[in-house]
Amino acid sequence: MLKKLLPFVEHAIKKPVWDCRMCGQCVLHSTGMTCPMTCPKTLRNGPCGGVRENGNCEVKPEMQCVWLKAYDRKVALPMPTVWKEHFNELRPPVDMRLQGTSSWINLITKRDQQTPAGWSTQDEAH
Amino acid sequence: MSILREKLENSNDTVFTAEFPSIDGGGMASVARDAARLAPWFDAVNATDNPAAHAHTSNTTTAIAMKMHGLEPIMQVVCRDKNRLAIQSDLMGGALHGIENVSLLTGDDVTAGDEPEARRVFDIDSIQAINITRIMMGGKYLSGRKINPAPNFYIGAVENAAAPPFDYRIERALKKHRAGASFLQLQICYHPDRLEAFCKGVAKIAPNLKLIPTVVLVKSARPLSFMNDKVAGIDVPNQTVARVAAAADQAKEAYDLTLELARHALTLPGVRGLHVTDFRHDDSLNSFMHDLGQKPRN
Ligand code: SF4
Repeated sequence: MLKKLLPFVEHAIKKPVWDCRMCGQCVLHSTGMTCPMTCPKTLRNGPCGGVRENGNCEVKPEMQCVWLKAYDRKVALPMPTVWKEHFNELRPPVDMRLQGTSSWINLITKRDQQTPAGWSTQDEAH
Repeated sequence: MSILREKLENSNDTVFTAEFPSIDGGGMASVARDAARLAPWFDAVNATDNPAAHAHTSNTTTAIAMKMHGLEPIMQVVCRDKNRLAIQSDLMGGALHGIENVSLLTGDDVTAGDEPEARRVFDIDSIQAINITRIMMGGKYLSGRKINPAPNFYIGAVENAAAPPFDYRIERALKKHRAGASFLQLQICYHPDRLEAFCKGVAKIAPNLKLIPTVVLVKSARPLSFMNDKVAGIDVPNQTVARVAAAADQAKEAYDLTLELARHALTLPGVRGLHVTDFRHDDSLNSFMHDLGQKPRN
């Protein structure tokens, strides 16, 4: 029941504020409270090379680049230091199976931390 | 070991790279002609993967054809048209044919191309792709399934030193390096100050990352305005366009501008070579390389 209800509640709250796309693996805290899934290329590890001179998006010229906003907020907003430290972490590929599920449940069950068996980063090794 | 890797890792030589012209028919004869033109000057040449979101002969087969004609490829793999499975199979296909240099890119959006109605893929981003390539070099696919023996890649990537947010570009270069990239080819840049700040910043936090800025040979002010207006992420300052436009001999002024940018780029920390894009298609490439003190490679 909760599993069915929570995605609605989560979307109702996150959609108006962050234009949440319900990827089910929320990284908002580490991306300056800016949803990377609103980037037309759904880049989760920083901006593409196409950001315009005025800071707007290559694909949607009327919109500010999501990552420019994220970086500005990370620099300017009073956020917990750990969140800021997580800004440059290598975020793994999205698990498409989680699309539409509640990231809150996935957070509690740690389902959102499961990565493909072969995935590892050099950051973890340090 | 690839020539590019050998030179960048085991020498202090300046390397020169270029772009192989996209193949749209013309057969192996056209490949042979282009390879013969580029071989005297370049250590390695990019085999592109649907550049600017236009369909062309594929990255892997272009790289193989180049290799058959004695030109060392840097096989680009772009995230726009392929999901994670296809990207891994591109890399394995390259490895099968002894292709060592690879470069992983996010890629222009489909809207930049001539089929803007296409579905964009972007299943993974360039940094994830770099990391997956590094994982494959350790003998497994992303799934964990074994690859035996493990492929041998020399991993590269691209970065745009001149696009906002400028400070973050430096951190992103380090991120790519930590994911597995050994060299970065940089986007065309008409802001020497931005390039300088970027290279200095990167040299500080990622001293082993080899930087290869790009310069473009053009004949007049027109292509400069075109790049400024049409190519996402490239800004050509008004005074730069005006300088070339106002010259009595635009071709000469444009050439001199490129030479200045090239010479400046080569003095910057971390810079180990140049990527030369030739939009002139005349004999200026030869004079350009001579002016930079290069001799034809046998
Ligand atoms: S410019 Fe920014 S928002 Fe637009 S596609 Fe590139 S990274 Fe995404």
